[in-house]
Amino acid sequence: MGDNTEKPGIRFAGQAVATRDAYGDALLELGKRRRDIVVLDADLSGSTKTAKFAKAFPDRFFNLGVSEQDMIGVAGGLSLTGKVPFASTFAIFETGRAWEQIRQTICYSMLNVKLVATHGGITVGEDGASHQALEDIALMRVLPGMTVIVPSDGIETEQVITAIAEYTGPVYVRLGRGKVPLVMPEDYRFEIGKAYIFNLGNDVNIIATGIMVSEALKARDILRSKDIDAGVINMSTVKPLDKEAVMRAAERARLIITAEEHSIIGGLGSAVCELLSEEKPLRVKRIGVRDRFGRSGRPEELMKLYGLTAEDIVSSVLQSL
Amino acid sequence: MISRSRREDVRIFLEEKAREIRIEILRMLTAAGSGHTGGSLSAADIVTALYFYKMRHRPDEPEWRERDRFILSKGHAAPLLYAVLSLSGYFDREMLKTLRKIDSPLQGHPSSRMLKGVEISTGSLGQGLSIANGIALGLRMDGLSSRVYCLLGDGEIQEGQVWEAAMTAGHYRLDNLCAIIDNNGLQIDGFCCDVMKIEPITDKWRAFGWNVIDIDGHDMGQILDALDEAEGVKGLPTMIVARTVKGKGVSIFEGKAKYHGIAPTGEELEIALKELSRNGR
Repeated sequence: MGDNTEKPGIRFAGQAVATRDAYGDALLELGKRRRDIVVLDADLSGSTKTAKFAKAFPDRFFNLGVSEQDMIGVAGGLSLTGKVPFASTFAIFETGRAWEQIRQTICYSMLNVKLVATHGGITVGEDGASHQALEDIALMRVLPGMTVIVPSDGIETEQVITAIAEYTGPVYVRLGRGKVPLVMPEDYRFEIGKAYIFNLGNDVNIIATGIMVSEALKARDILRSKDIDAGVINMSTVKPLDKEAVMRAAERARLIITAEEHSIIGGLGSAVCELLSEEKPLRVKRIGVRDRFGRSGRPEELMKLYGLTAEDIVSSVLQSL
Repeated sequence: MISRSRREDVRIFLEEKAREIRIEILRMLTAAGSGHTGGSLSAADIVTALYFYKMRHRPDEPEWRERDRFILSKGHAAPLLYAVLSLSGYFDREMLKTLRKIDSPLQGHPSSRMLKGVEISTGSLGQGLSIANGIALGLRMDGLSSRVYCLLGDGEIQEGQVWEAAMTAGHYRLDNLCAIIDNNGLQIDGFCCDVMKIEPITDKWRAFGWNVIDIDGHDMGQILDALDEAEGVKGLPTMIVARTVKGKGVSIFEGKAKYHGIAPTGEELEIALKELSRNGR
């Protein structure tokens, strides 16, 4: 990663990779380049993949044990001495258990702390509802000054980790547990607040984030076979929302679909609806978890059960056009 | 080492400074018409000793890299922090009158974004010690000898996060950290022992791996000794449990939970100022 001419996606060789694994690698590379990077974890470093950094740089890694609230405060304190802390645990514990610490200590004081959580969404799988964060994007999006990013694949995750280290201010990054196919081009360069437009459709545009970008692309192909012209936008930065990209999508088609592995309340769907209801009202259908808790099961079974597959996107389009 | 007579002069100077700070606290609270009287007065001697004796800091260079840090975890004692910062020279004393007013940087609870000299925004109890831990770790990584001081309320230690932080400081052996509990025995709803028992405080902190010093938080000599002792302790953090009186310095406020969260009336201020000026030198 130190060599900017190298295409970031090449080393994945087209293989599906979990965004948490890409995080572990990116963090290690970042640690090699920058002495001011410090990493904190709350007893989940094996799962969040911060263990790689910990092994390479033990003097810059702090395990706080099972205490997420303290971890956020310690991260805030480290940032006050000029370090750039990355604090990781599972998404539900990071954003839920420590929400008020994030609000009071990190956001209100605008501290330069990076909250990178893994195990976001329903695809956590067998561990069940207690460990499946379906509210984290909403919880972070509501905080003034917070940036919220949900990378779609390993290529984008690497880019995001590098970009947020360069940016000054609080950031929340949501990563997943399971392997996801690569969807971004090898020469993709992520910018905070800038959506990636795969294409714009004349009938419908699907605005997706995280692993739902992959589902959206599949849905686009199915729709094409039914003579429906669909576009796909990867809205990896949920906040600040790329308003221009949303407006372009809304001007081209009469239907917008949002897709996220999150509650339909408060996440990407809400952000898009908030913007369009003020600027250009048109029909928006939200694909997401419909105000329910998750449950145990295999990730692919859960995606079907909770209506998060490409087929669910397709049927939503067919019903709405 | 300073001589005994020199130390006596320091003690007298600090006692006088604390009296002056109490007067500013009461004036600004009365002008604001709301705010936390009791807990600002109970910690006044300790915080005076920190800013006018112990801490290395530069009011004209608030972000001086090698400064000692003070975290007011019990953020509701903001009037005390503002009085001490102002009298140290961080900002004009006139500004104290703007406490809690629209457009004032003197927020009801301290905001580091609005006022230089405030290290971090506080006000939601239980969070300051974790922040102090992070700063202490960062300073140690940088090889700086700067120290971190953190003031907690006794009611505040009912927050679970305080004990997470207590573990962390002990685990990482943060000997550049000195925390102080303003143990005035009262919280909003009454006596701590009735609301939620916090004793035995000293045993708890010792069990978490801290060096614990138990003092009278209004005896300036004991405060100075404790702060000096803490600086010399190696390998573990220090907790000074300062036994204090809520509302200390003004008889009508002393020991009354009622004055936790209300400001003096104009009439009460007059009584208080008379009492404080009588006690002056």
